[in-house]
Amino acid sequence: MESQGLLIPIEHGLLFAAALFCIGLAGVLTRRNLLFMLMSLELMLNAAAFVFVLAGAVHGNADGQVMFILILTLAAAEVALALALVVQLYRRRRSLDIDSLDGMRG
Amino acid sequence: MTAWLGWIPALPLFSSLVLLLVGGRLGQRLVTLLGVGSVLGSALLSGLLIADFLAEGAAVTTRQLPWLSSMGLEVAFGLYFDGLSAVMLGVITGVGLLIHLYSAAYMAGDEGYARFFGYLNLFVGAMLLLVLADDFLLLYLGWEGVGLCSFLLIGFWYREPANGYAARKAFVVTRVGDIALAVALLIMIQQFGTLHIQTVIERAQLQWLGSDWSFWVALLLLGGAVGKSAQLPLQTWLPDAMAGPTPVSALIHAATMVTAGVYLIARTQGIFLLAPRIMELVALVGALTLFLAACSALVQHDLKRVLAYSTISQIGYMFFALGAGAFSAAIFHLMTHAFFKALLFLAAGQVILSLHHEQDLRRMGGLLRRLPFSALCFAIGCAALAALPLTSGFYSKDAILLQAYGLHGGSLAWWLALAGAAVTALYSLRLFLKLFFGEAVTEPSPDMRPTLVVPLALLCLLALFGALIPQPLGAVFAPLAATEVPAAVHGAILIMPWLGLVTGVLLWRYGRGFRQRWSDSALARSWRAGWGFDALYDGLLVQPLLLLARLNRKDLADRPVQFVAWLSARGHAWLSVTQNGRLRRYAAGIALGAVLVLTVVTL
Amino acid sequence: MPFLFYLCALIALLAAWQVIRGVNAMHALLYLIVVLLAIALMFFMLGAPFAAALEVIIYAGAIMVLMVFVIMMLNQGDSAVGQERAWRAGRIWRGPALLCAVLLAQLGYLLLPAVVSADAAAVDAVAVGRALYGPYLLLVELASMLLLAALVGAWHLTRVLKHRPGEEV
Repeated sequence: MESQGLLIPIEHGLLFAAALFCIGLAGVLTRRNLLFMLMSLELMLNAAAFVFVLAGAVHGNADGQVMFILILTLAAAEVALALALVVQLYRRRRSLDIDSLDGMRG
Repeated sequence: MTAWLGWIPALPLFSSLVLLLVGGRLGQRLVTLLGVGSVLGSALLSGLLIADFLAEGAAVTTRQLPWLSSMGLEVAFGLYFDGLSAVMLGVITGVGLLIHLYSAAYMAGDEGYARFFGYLNLFVGAMLLLVLADDFLLLYLGWEGVGLCSFLLIGFWYREPANGYAARKAFVVTRVGDIALAVALLIMIQQFGTLHIQTVIERAQLQWLGSDWSFWVALLLLGGAVGKSAQLPLQTWLPDAMAGPTPVSALIHAATMVTAGVYLIARTQGIFLLAPRIMELVALVGALTLFLAACSALVQHDLKRVLAYSTISQIGYMFFALGAGAFSAAIFHLMTHAFFKALLFLAAGQVILSLHHEQDLRRMGGLLRRLPFSALCFAIGCAALAALPLTSGFYSKDAILLQAYGLHGGSLAWWLALAGAAVTALYSLRLFLKLFFGEAVTEPSPDMRPTLVVPLALLCLLALFGALIPQPLGAVFAPLAATEVPAAVHGAILIMPWLGLVTGVLLWRYGRGFRQRWSDSALARSWRAGWGFDALYDGLLVQPLLLLARLNRKDLADRPVQFVAWLSARGHAWLSVTQNGRLRRYAAGIALGAVLVLTVVTL
Repeated sequence: MPFLFYLCALIALLAAWQVIRGVNAMHALLYLIVVLLAIALMFFMLGAPFAAALEVIIYAGAIMVLMVFVIMMLNQGDSAVGQERAWRAGRIWRGPALLCAVLLAQLGYLLLPAVVSADAAAVDAVAVGRALYGPYLLLVELASMLLLAALVGAWHLTRVLKHRPGEEV
């Protein structure tokens, strides 16, 4: 399939990314469990990464994949920190309810 | 030698800067070294300069460093050193050094030790600036500086609300006088375009001969002097100022700061001499003050308040002398008064320390055998205060009354001053007897640290023999015309203190019942309250002002400001609803924002 | 080939739906891995084999394993599933769902008329490597710093602190 060109119209790819992003967003907004929120965030990050790779494929250069690698790094860092927070939250509250963390209300 | 002149105020100022900035971290020993050492340096330099001056005898001016230049007004930092400054310098650094030394022991262990010495050094520096200033603005800087230090030190133990009240009172009352002084300076700027003291006086003598300006400026200067020196009608702050630590009372409220008004009038005598009516007013203010304050001193129960009223009274003598034209006698009395009043205050401090901070005379007595050294100090101080022969106070008071009589004869003011001499002797004796005779009420614990004793011993010597110190004032004040004073008058002046003493002894010995009845009488109570001036001012000024403030509390001008405050408070209330701490709400907010932005882009 | 691409997209979306609807964290995580694998396949078909490999190795491999560890460490058990079910019930999801639907509609409206431009050759790992260690060298350094910061931060956050009296636990 090398040098075969793009096999689908770009807008379909973008639409897929948008749908994935919106599903992730819905997950972040509706779930109360911090772990599920994290997974939804991963979905959103993947949607963004997909757009980069897609654009890289459209233009035929490596920039898109470089950006994807950056997002991968970002995701790794984010997951590491977020899981640390999950552990801390569970240790203190014996639950993963994000709404119990409202100590900073004004 | 004159190159060193600037260092005299600079040393204590620098030391105060260090102490106030980092003093809390220095050890007590280092603080003492800095605080006392800087004043010692100033005193040594002053001594050298004064010796130099006595040998050569010419007034010197240091190099002028430009300070302000505005619309034709040129102000420069410059110091001026003449006979008058020399006397003041000697008093400030000499007495100041002894009091610093005494404070090192008196304040030892206080948590604000470094702060105390910082303020004290700042005070000495400001006072030195005041008396060395070549320019009215620099003088005013020192003038306000000592006022600030007075405020800070009266309220030194600020945890006691009464001390803070006394400090504010002193600050506000002296402020009235300071405003008069400031207005006088503004008139000088407007008239001469300069504030250089010597130039102003020279030009005033040329331009103001026979004009009203001299009257008004002299009146305003008198207002300033009256405020700082606690004379009628602004005398009410000084008795309350005794809330500060006793060394402060000795340094600021007896020996040096309160004499700033005397110095001001002596320095600007050229202007006062142009306004004879103001000179009469000065004499009258002094005489009235000295008599009223002496009466008040007669009936006080608080040891330090007796001394405070006596200070007001003695400064009244100085004002009386100034008004009569006996300038050198006034400055002479200023110096001797600084010696014996500092002695009295420091001795009082020692008594108060031994009695565990007891200040009420009614709970003292019979201390003669228990505190013999304090008794000796008090005996010398009271004798000098009562102007008994062979003490320094005798010569200065004698000079004042004699010269005043020679210049003006027996005016009302003079008779008041003469009567005041008897009352002074009476209250000095009362103080001494109350402290050291009669029944012992409180058992003292003598404290004889050398740092407490040495300054007292030196001050005893000064109070006895201080009159022998030469005063190089010949070039500053015009010599008085020699006049014949009738022998009867001279005799009356000499006899007056003895009259007071004899009355006192008789009352003490035989008048117990009378003393009891007198102490409770209405007149004595009014005297004790300082002739009711506080109540008068409260009714006349404070209450109406409070009433006006209450009436004017919600005026129109406040509305916009209050509206802004209300608006921000409401806005905060609204916005804080969104700060609910729910992470998901925040995320939803971001998503909603994205949708809105996209909507705008789409449409 | 396009058919395979659309199939992958469909699988990814359905699996994503299961991720956000799931009640068991472990099951949701497995669905998430399915999403990632599907996306990796799509990357491969878009001519980005290196990205596809990384997606599988690092994302589905390393990161997801990390999450597995945490889920197993917390070991919430069946009570957590019940609680999830309780939280999922009700109508609380309607508002966010509507919001997301509107967003999706808007994105679709904006994206559909996009112009298809070039047809391009596949970009292999060599090209990506040249770009990474050529013009994007600084970015690599920054990414390493980011990872270091995350490492330190994660270590700091998971320390067991001694609770002072009066502190909220």
